[in-house]
Amino acid sequence: MKWLGLALAAVVAFGLAVVLGPAHVPLSDLATSDIVRSLRLPRAILAFLVGGALALSGASLQALVRNPLADPFLLGLSGGAGLGAVLAIALHLAGPWALPLAAFAGALAAMALVYRLGLVGGAELDPRVLILAGVVVGAFASAVTTAIVSLSEATELRNAFLWLWGGLSGASWDTVLVACVYFPIPVAVLVAAARPLDVLALGEEPARHLGTDVEPLKRRVYVAASLLTAAAVAVSGVIGFVGLVVPHAMRALWGHRHRPLFPAAFLGGGALLAFSDTVARTVVAPRELPVGIVTALVGVPVFAFLLRKWTAS
Amino acid sequence: MDRELILDVRGAAYRYPGTAEDAIAEVSLAVRVGEFHAVLGPNGSGKTTLVRVALGLVEPRSGTCEILRRPATTWSRRELARVVGVVTQREDNLFPQRVRESVLLGRYPHLSLWGRERPEDHAAVTRALERCDTLSLADRWLWTLSGGEYQRVRLARALAQEPRLLVLDEPTASLDVRHEMELFELVRGLVDQGGLAAIVITHHVNLAARFADRVLLLSGGRTAAGGAPADVLTRETVERVFAWPVAIEPFEGCPQMIPLRRKEAT
Repeated sequence: MKWLGLALAAVVAFGLAVVLGPAHVPLSDLATSDIVRSLRLPRAILAFLVGGALALSGASLQALVRNPLADPFLLGLSGGAGLGAVLAIALHLAGPWALPLAAFAGALAAMALVYRLGLVGGAELDPRVLILAGVVVGAFASAVTTAIVSLSEATELRNAFLWLWGGLSGASWDTVLVACVYFPIPVAVLVAAARPLDVLALGEEPARHLGTDVEPLKRRVYVAASLLTAAAVAVSGVIGFVGLVVPHAMRALWGHRHRPLFPAAFLGGGALLAFSDTVARTVVAPRELPVGIVTALVGVPVFAFLLRKWTAS
Repeated sequence: MDRELILDVRGAAYRYPGTAEDAIAEVSLAVRVGEFHAVLGPNGSGKTTLVRVALGLVEPRSGTCEILRRPATTWSRRELARVVGVVTQREDNLFPQRVRESVLLGRYPHLSLWGRERPEDHAAVTRALERCDTLSLADRWLWTLSGGEYQRVRLARALAQEPRLLVLDEPTASLDVRHEMELFELVRGLVDQGGLAAIVITHHVNLAARFADRVLLLSGGRTAAGGAPADVLTRETVERVFAWPVAIEPFEGCPQMIPLRRKEAT
């Protein structure tokens, strides 16, 4: 029943993303319309994949850092990606892939730095240190980003600022293809880690005694979740709240076992982002809102509601 | 009667990296099926280190440690979890869980990477819940349990692993008399039902004396005494190890320790 509802939500969100848009396309022309085929369809697919990736990444990081408030950008990736992107804009790097590649490189650099700082005694990944490292690396990258933005021209500044709030306007069949090739490996790694993460929720020592190789598990999950987030950021900028709100909503519905939680989070994240993107490009058409603003506007009330519900019981 | 040897620690020593002294040295512990062992000793005497060495989490500096006649450090965590169930001092409840769900985690070392839980896994969970008298709690949330119920549930999870050896690290640390006694009775019962041995690390000298077959008394990382409770828990030894004057009185054939007030001792 829950699965049916979620599947329905995903289908509806995806359907709306294809049907609605600034240009009016009659339902009868959907299959033949150029706008649908070359613009809306790849964009809807990309929104779905990115939303799913962010929600999955968030759900697994919550288990890894043992903090229910973790989200994919907690560990400094958004700061690194933002710095990479803004650098690319400031240096006038040309080419359709310059921005995503620069953002991806920035995210990877942040990930490597945070990982190195998070290793205690050169071997153990300490979640608490990892969070601290993520926060300081992210803050440093944001400071540098802001410095660059404040020194640059007005139009550039607007571009950089909009990029930081996320958007899927760069979607094309090429980006969909890249996502389809890239996402399955980290997704598979995380799904395979679902059950060990259930055990890890008891703590590292009990998890070890239940047969988990804790250190390799933490490393795998950290790297896979980060790679997923880095790619999502590269194609769509920093889209907040999907990775925090969706896992929580799914935890409320499916409980905390990661086996059902992960696929549910992926579907839910995909549905939310596909829907949010439809809103972002239709409410102020022909202009577009950064989708991160829409996910925040949708996500914050939902999260506030959930928070009230938990604290009440 | 030569019962199966499950754990065999011989003259083990271990020193934590960066420290100048051995945390344990020359410690031996042989555990056979059907035996209840108690490990006693003041804080910092090496009880937890001994468990870490015994379970292959660290390699002894000298001496050997074997589980089922195989060096402890050569077991994978997963293989070992099918043989040894551990109830640690602490655990987290990051996300709310129901009792049955939590006990099902004990089946983790028996499950394949992608496979679902099989009927035999659920049967093992029900059996473990039954043996720990927690079947009626199966659908409760963990956070609604009392301290004593929670410890029994954790023991059930360890039993769901279907181990040959149970290791309990201060299982009754914050329990009242009734729950403390219930837990010791429960572990004693499990061991007596056969197929199983237990090691209990505890500060309760008197409970150890009444429930355990053998007692290992550690002091400063070394064996102060080991053997049957009546041989180990003598006044001289206990006073020396715990640095406090005591009287030892027999009760139902077991030595019982009564700590003395300072005035009485002089």
